[in-house]
Amino acid sequence: MSANKNNKSPTGNGLVNWIDSRLPVFSYMQKEYGEYPAPRNFNYWWNFGAILTFMLVLMIFTGIFLSMQYTPHVDFAFDSVERIMRDVNYGWLLRYLHANGATFFFIAVYIHIFRGLYYGSYKNPRELLWIFGVLILVLMMATAFMGYVLPWGQMSFWGATVITNLFSAIPLVGDSIVTWLWGGFAVENPTLNRFFSLHFLLPFVILGVVVLHVIALHVTGSNNPLGIDPKGPQDTLPFHPYYTAKDSFGLALWVTIFAAFVFFAPNFFGEPENYIKADPLQTPAQIVPEWYFLPYFAILRSIDFDIWFIDAKLGGVIAMFGSIILLFLVPWLDRSKVRSARFRPVYKWFFWILLLDCLLLGFVGGHPPSDHVFKDIEWLLFIDLGHIGTAWYFFHFLILLPLLGTVEKTKPLPTSITESVLDGDTSSSAITKSGGSM
Amino acid sequence: MKRLTGLLNFLAIVSMTCIMTVALSDPANSAGKYKHPEPQEWGFNGLFGKFDKSSIRRGLQVYLEVCSSCHGLNQVAYRNLKDIGLTIEEIKEISAQFEVMDGPDNEGEMFTREARPSDKFVAPFENEKAARVSNNGAMPPDLSLITKSRHGGADYIYALLTGYKDEAPDGVEMGDGMNFNPYFVGQQIAMSQPLYEDSVEYSDGTKATVSQMSWDLVNFLHWTAEPEMEQRRGLGWKVVLFLLVLTALLYAVKRQVWSKEH
Repeated sequence: MSANKNNKSPTGNGLVNWIDSRLPVFSYMQKEYGEYPAPRNFNYWWNFGAILTFMLVLMIFTGIFLSMQYTPHVDFAFDSVERIMRDVNYGWLLRYLHANGATFFFIAVYIHIFRGLYYGSYKNPRELLWIFGVLILVLMMATAFMGYVLPWGQMSFWGATVITNLFSAIPLVGDSIVTWLWGGFAVENPTLNRFFSLHFLLPFVILGVVVLHVIALHVTGSNNPLGIDPKGPQDTLPFHPYYTAKDSFGLALWVTIFAAFVFFAPNFFGEPENYIKADPLQTPAQIVPEWYFLPYFAILRSIDFDIWFIDAKLGGVIAMFGSIILLFLVPWLDRSKVRSARFRPVYKWFFWILLLDCLLLGFVGGHPPSDHVFKDIEWLLFIDLGHIGTAWYFFHFLILLPLLGTVEKTKPLPTSITESVLDGDTSSSAITKSGGSM
Repeated sequence: MKRLTGLLNFLAIVSMTCIMTVALSDPANSAGKYKHPEPQEWGFNGLFGKFDKSSIRRGLQVYLEVCSSCHGLNQVAYRNLKDIGLTIEEIKEISAQFEVMDGPDNEGEMFTREARPSDKFVAPFENEKAARVSNNGAMPPDLSLITKSRHGGADYIYALLTGYKDEAPDGVEMGDGMNFNPYFVGQQIAMSQPLYEDSVEYSDGTKATVSQMSWDLVNFLHWTAEPEMEQRRGLGWKVVLFLLVLTALLYAVKRQVWSKEH
């Protein structure tokens, strides 16, 4: 180790070398974010890792400053948020960054997940990487749910009441669990207090799992749009400057769109009702969760029938949690050896149908089940669309994915990334050059 | 092929945005029949919209002389009126009309005093029970955030204020003490028509029609709901323009870095 310390050191700076030989943070960064050999053919869908990292850091920073001004008490929470909006210097900016940040965090994570589904990024050897990713999603959902309760508006309160009540569907111990979650016999001050505490804690847990996610990524290496492994240095590029440059551009574009919403339409994704202080005696006309929970909410409400000894409520809860737990199993449900949907002509179609299905479920989740989808069509209610959407979701993962692995005739894979990128012209000077410099 | 995938991706994003917009839109009349408000040409609309300060000041007068007997404004302090162009003397004159409970003093007694500019707008009722008993059992909502907390926003409040009908149409069964208003959910509202021709007398000579007072009041209430709007948009333009330039520069950097590899 000490023998090659000098030629391994990232800079010629003496202080850096001194620190690095005792705590190799600099050579670690150099190895994992400088030299890290990334496949040369990433497209822009691979920007979302960097975007998500940025969003997490943004949420933690704005959240810490908001927590300095926020009061987690049912009598003061709503007013303390309005005080942040009106009297704290740039408080409105902090809060709108944080609230819209949650929305953009979820948009990014959903794109990131569907990217993984399209290019088969969860397959051998990246199963653990994927599992950590789904774990991050689950933690994000818990964090976002509890964060939404904190402003203590009408939707905060009634959303918390509806969602925590779901646990009462568990046989025998359900009611005790709900009382335990609430810290009382209704959503009250103890509930708000613990939600605040957990909402502060969980982002750091997420950060920890993100570290594991990145470590796992750097062990197996990144997948790529072709889904084939790099065969050698000619198939990869050092992360810096190639992907630092590409990620910076993608991130700047993303932040521009995000800023446009923060400054010009900060309440676009919000629910007006949440600007009314929570009132336990007045149920809103319609209780809807934030948009990013709508597909799960639709699945929950789609089970409106008893299945054998499971009543409709428990069935809905099982289906909703099942729809997320299913994601953990995707690496084993998908039996196909080919990763990228580019070479899976049948799966490709079903991928897009799944995406549309999730959007359909989101659409259904935003409407009362008994409403007509179209004014003039008497027989089509939202609950019907919910049934179809939910059935398709489970059909896709539980039946289609395993089946396609055996019956689908995949297209021939290119022999190498370089060959595919440069259309088979392996004698091109670019290859020789980059190959030589590695 | 590459262009085609790009196009498909683009289409997917567009369709996703469309579906999301539909999904997020107001669930049509799910909670009973009501009329959707007509959109109005507010000065604060759009990306460059500004507050109409003289209208807001007239709206303050309407609030103080009419609405404030039932509706609170508990997120707004008298000192905030400086932002709509009132002088400190004018503000003190307004706050002095109200009394607040303070204390305890050095003898341990609570006492009442004149409200100061640093106080929040004094609520018309001591508590919710008192408000309900004076209003036929209904609770007049606080107005600080009213345009933000209703679907339809400013347009809705304006439509509601100007939409009262003397008599309910045939076939609509009205509850005891309820008033017909087609824009309210369920079309029955506990608040009786609050504004009539010349309910207030404007000092600047503006004719106090129902629509003029409603217009001014909504301008005022939109300011109380988001007083930061002008600052937000002003800063927003700087931030977005900066980010657009930054994005363009970073794109150029990316092209330069990758130029040898394509």
